Amino acid sequence: MPAINVNPTRMELTRLKGRLRTATRGHKLLKDKRDELMKQFMDVVRENRALRKKVEEGLSQASAAFAAASAVMSPEMLEQALMYPKESVSLDMGFQNIMSVDVPVYHFKTRSGEAGQVYPYGFAATSGELDDAVRALSQVFRDMLRLAEVEKTSQLLAQEIEKTRRRVNALEYVKIPQMQETIKYITMKLDENERASTIRLMKVKDMLLKEAIEARQEADEAAVEAFGGQTAPPEPI
Amino acid sequence: MSEYRIAAVGDRDSVLGFRALGLDVFPVENTEEAKAALHRLARENYAIVYLTEGFAQYMGPEIARYQDDLTPAVILIPGKEGSLGIGMAKVKTAVERAVGADIL
Repeated sequence: MPAINVNPTRMELTRLKGRLRTATRGHKLLKDKRDELMKQFMDVVRENRALRKKVEEGLSQASAAFAAASAVMSPEMLEQALMYPKESVSLDMGFQNIMSVDVPVYHFKTRSGEAGQVYPYGFAATSGELDDAVRALSQVFRDMLRLAEVEKTSQLLAQEIEKTRRRVNALEYVKIPQMQETIKYITMKLDENERASTIRLMKVKDMLLKEAIEARQEADEAAVEAFGGQTAPPEPI
Repeated sequence: MSEYRIAAVGDRDSVLGFRALGLDVFPVENTEEAKAALHRLARENYAIVYLTEGFAQYMGPEIARYQDDLTPAVILIPGKEGSLGIGMAKVKTAVERAVGADIL
């Protein structure tokens, strides 16, 4: 029995053959897509790892500096110093299309008073340790934004690759063999039907022939009878 | 192109510094608050949410929920206790998800 339950008809066969062609084509395309995605993904993920390492190191340093700052300053003073940021960051998000996956591209804009001035406080009431901490953070910040972009991209790509891989496998190992088997089944069934009808015709022809011969023999015997049995009966055919 | 904002969620000491850079800082006390903050930020106009690993380790399902969406990008950062390796582990998970094995 075939994997798909179908009527073994010519129409079904044509339909299935069409589907098989589409599936084979789709399989090839999806396979190409998967390979290309994988190539892109490997690049992205390598960058992701490098960036993450860098950011984690930078942030560890920054938080160490902050720990030092909060040791010499009271929490209230620290809070107050950072309360009104000089800079404000806003983000423009665009999209880049990698093999039909939309990945974000960030363009961030900082609005700051003076260039290179990140300290939102006066220097009188704060300690030098806080300056160090803020500077360390602002240095690592650019990498952090890039990390966000790259990490999101790698997650989205990973998802798409997983999906594509499943589709490729489903087509390759389930759908296409199933259709091939069904096509084979229908072809065999149709051939079998054809042979059966040939045989049936031959049988019918034999039967008709036999009837005709019997009728003929009876007629001959009747004729012999009518002549008084003086001639020998005809040779049976 | 539209305007988005960036948020930092974590314990007070870890994220306070980001305020100086102009990020929106949301100090939270416990995991419940962090979850609530994350969900709220996801609904609002935030493209990137930096979350400290200290909270992230208890928020697996919440983070996974936003993983396949375009916004927000939830990015784990080490908190004041240093890197816990969760961020790196997530990169590794992404590779395993895509390739089927860790090949790096």
